[in-house]
Amino acid sequence: MSSGDIGVGPGDSSFAEAGPELIQLLTPEGERVEHPDYSIEISPEELRAIYRDLALVRRIDVEATALQRQGELGIWASLLGQEGAQIGAGWALEADDMAFPTYREHGVAWCRKVDPLDIISLFRGCDNGAWDPVATMFNLYTVVIGAQCLHAVGYAMGMQRDGGNGATLAFFGDGATSQGDVNESFIWASVFAAPVVFFCQNNQYAISEPIEKQSRIPLFQRARGFGFPGVRVDGNDVLAVLAVTRKALDAARTGQGPTFIEAYTYRMGAHTTSDDPSRYRLASEMEAWKLKDPIERVRAYLIRSGYADADFFAGIDAEADELAARIRQGTVEMPDPDPDSMFANVYAEQTPYLTEQAAGFAEYHASFATAEQEA
Amino acid sequence: MAPVTRPSTSVTLGKAINMGLRKAMEDDPKVLLMGEDIGKLGGVFRVTDGLQKDFGEDRVIDTPLAESGILGTAVGLAMRGFRPVCEIQFDGFIFPAYNQIVTQVAKIHSRSRGKLPMRIVIRVPFGGGIGAVEHHSESPEAYFSHTAGLKVVACSNPVDAYWMIQQAIRAEDPVLFFEPKRRYWEKAELDTSATPGPLFVTSVVRPGDDCTVLAYGPMVKTSLQAASAVEAEGRSLEVIDLRTLSPLDLDPVYDSVRRTGRCVVVHEAPTNLGLGAEIAARITERCFYSLEAPVLRVGGYDTPYPPSKIEEDYLPDLDRVLDAVDRTFAF
Ligand SMILES: Cc1ncc(C[n+]2csc(CCOP(=O)(O)OP(=O)(O)O)c2C)c(N)n1
Ligand SMILES: [Mg+2]
Repeated sequence: MSSGDIGVGPGDSSFAEAGPELIQLLTPEGERVEHPDYSIEISPEELRAIYRDLALVRRIDVEATALQRQGELGIWASLLGQEGAQIGAGWALEADDMAFPTYREHGVAWCRKVDPLDIISLFRGCDNGAWDPVATMFNLYTVVIGAQCLHAVGYAMGMQRDGGNGATLAFFGDGATSQGDVNESFIWASVFAAPVVFFCQNNQYAISEPIEKQSRIPLFQRARGFGFPGVRVDGNDVLAVLAVTRKALDAARTGQGPTFIEAYTYRMGAHTTSDDPSRYRLASEMEAWKLKDPIERVRAYLIRSGYADADFFAGIDAEADELAARIRQGTVEMPDPDPDSMFANVYAEQTPYLTEQAAGFAEYHASFATAEQEA
Repeated sequence: MAPVTRPSTSVTLGKAINMGLRKAMEDDPKVLLMGEDIGKLGGVFRVTDGLQKDFGEDRVIDTPLAESGILGTAVGLAMRGFRPVCEIQFDGFIFPAYNQIVTQVAKIHSRSRGKLPMRIVIRVPFGGGIGAVEHHSESPEAYFSHTAGLKVVACSNPVDAYWMIQQAIRAEDPVLFFEPKRRYWEKAELDTSATPGPLFVTSVVRPGDDCTVLAYGPMVKTSLQAASAVEAEGRSLEVIDLRTLSPLDLDPVYDSVRRTGRCVVVHEAPTNLGLGAEIAARITERCFYSLEAPVLRVGGYDTPYPPSKIEEDYLPDLDRVLDAVDRTFAF
């Protein structure tokens, strides 16, 4: 097999061409197109709300990146370029559904009403995510690649057994598809027909490694071998992502088992603020993807169809400014955690040994205060 | 005869490992590097920088994102006579490979009655202090030191790093090679024409008379700082860099403790059942009548590694080392 047969990745001449399987409802130019298997009914009001989410989430991301550069965050994992995939998926979730994110799903978090500051606190080094995963139905971030996919399947098996109405949505990257845990999750989901949807954001890179280091076939085609359908959607087309994910979640909820969704997109930024992509990819690649921006096409469509005017966009910009200011202030004013909080919640039932250690810790720190007073 | 040149240069610990890897690859065509992002990127810490360019993609392999895969295929490559050097990107990501390391890598030599040597090196950047998010600051060395069939070493400075990585690659057994990631940027003079001592040997890095302080990896520097800090007060600490965690080489430690009568073991890993526990037990067995105080341990607390804003409260520092030293004198 030559690499030309693969049809994906920078090693191929058709790079950035996702192939005929790509499901699209809104072109990069902002034109609505029809698809034989997927359609979407969406009101102008909903479209404006989607645009608002896209724009605000991008603004959160830009602000967080700036905060990291100014030393306020330890690190930030940017979602730049992946807003369409995430807002589309987030909009498809119903109240009873449970989402299992990686560390990059700030857009889905936004749709789940997670306060951005509760995400920022993780990247600032204050905690491991401050939101309530039970109340928001948005699990805590999982940094260990792929581990959450099995959790999503287990949660779905629980829904199957306790009469729940929901389904789970498991997020992971292209790189994660190589992990054993992720492949095991496919097998379990398939064997138990679990109500789970696998949502893979193929942003073309796992840190420095392009997709062909993980796969010799388009990722969505792998699903077939595990025994469930796989589809490839334009990840920068929020409407197509919403339609495809909604249909897959519906199928899962109605006992038709899992679906694998490959959201074909591009990581426009560095892997994280610690990364330097100039070491492994060409700027021209990014230029090509800029033309497929997920937000610009919605804006173009809103204008073209007369659903939004200049006032609307100015209003969103103003709201984004306010949000950014709130995030900035909330971040710089965020208190450091109490040092002895490290002993809290290690166990549901605290052990005597750890209680003693925590007491020793407190005593040791108090001794410095005493020494200072005496000095 | 041509004059012997002594090329001595100032290098960082990360660069020293890079140079050691390069030398090992030049010396033996069977040496392969495997890991995530180690090729074009040169690794997230740039330890393999430039090696793929010079040795090619067949010898410096950017693997799929799967640690169990890295170690499992390394086993097959070792069976075929290669010497794979596997990079685990961060300490906390070694666990998907734990099964392969503990059930396979550690046991195959013994199961095959010596027919299948496992000449594998597993490089692990370890420890905290760099302000990272969770899973990026851990010290999992005890899990591996507890497993028969694995050898475990930790370097603490550029000179040792340069020699130890080459010796680990030449070793006939699997070696876990722990690299103190917060010390990657520290520099020292490296003379590549020197003759190193053997790998599995512990060394006294600062002689002293009053108390023996044992450390390895990132805590060696902390312990040396503690020794300097109390020098003016007239207290003399002997600092020993363990270097090898399994097997332990404690003869120099016994000699030291018999002289000082006091001992403190320092590591970042949680204290409970850490290396310090085994070391304290052995010292007690061998040096009981020389001890003026029980062997004390200074380690991480027995909690998950905390968020980075409070990691300095978790990690042993100069004050905690000296506090333990004081306590040995209070007995
Ligand atoms: C088990 C494990 N191994 C390695 C890492 C280090 N790491 C963090 S992100 C990443 C790449 C992930 O790529 P992908 O799955 O495509 O997701 P993306 O970051 O592109 O969203 C790696 C190797 C990790 N977090 N967990
Ligand atoms: Mg990716």
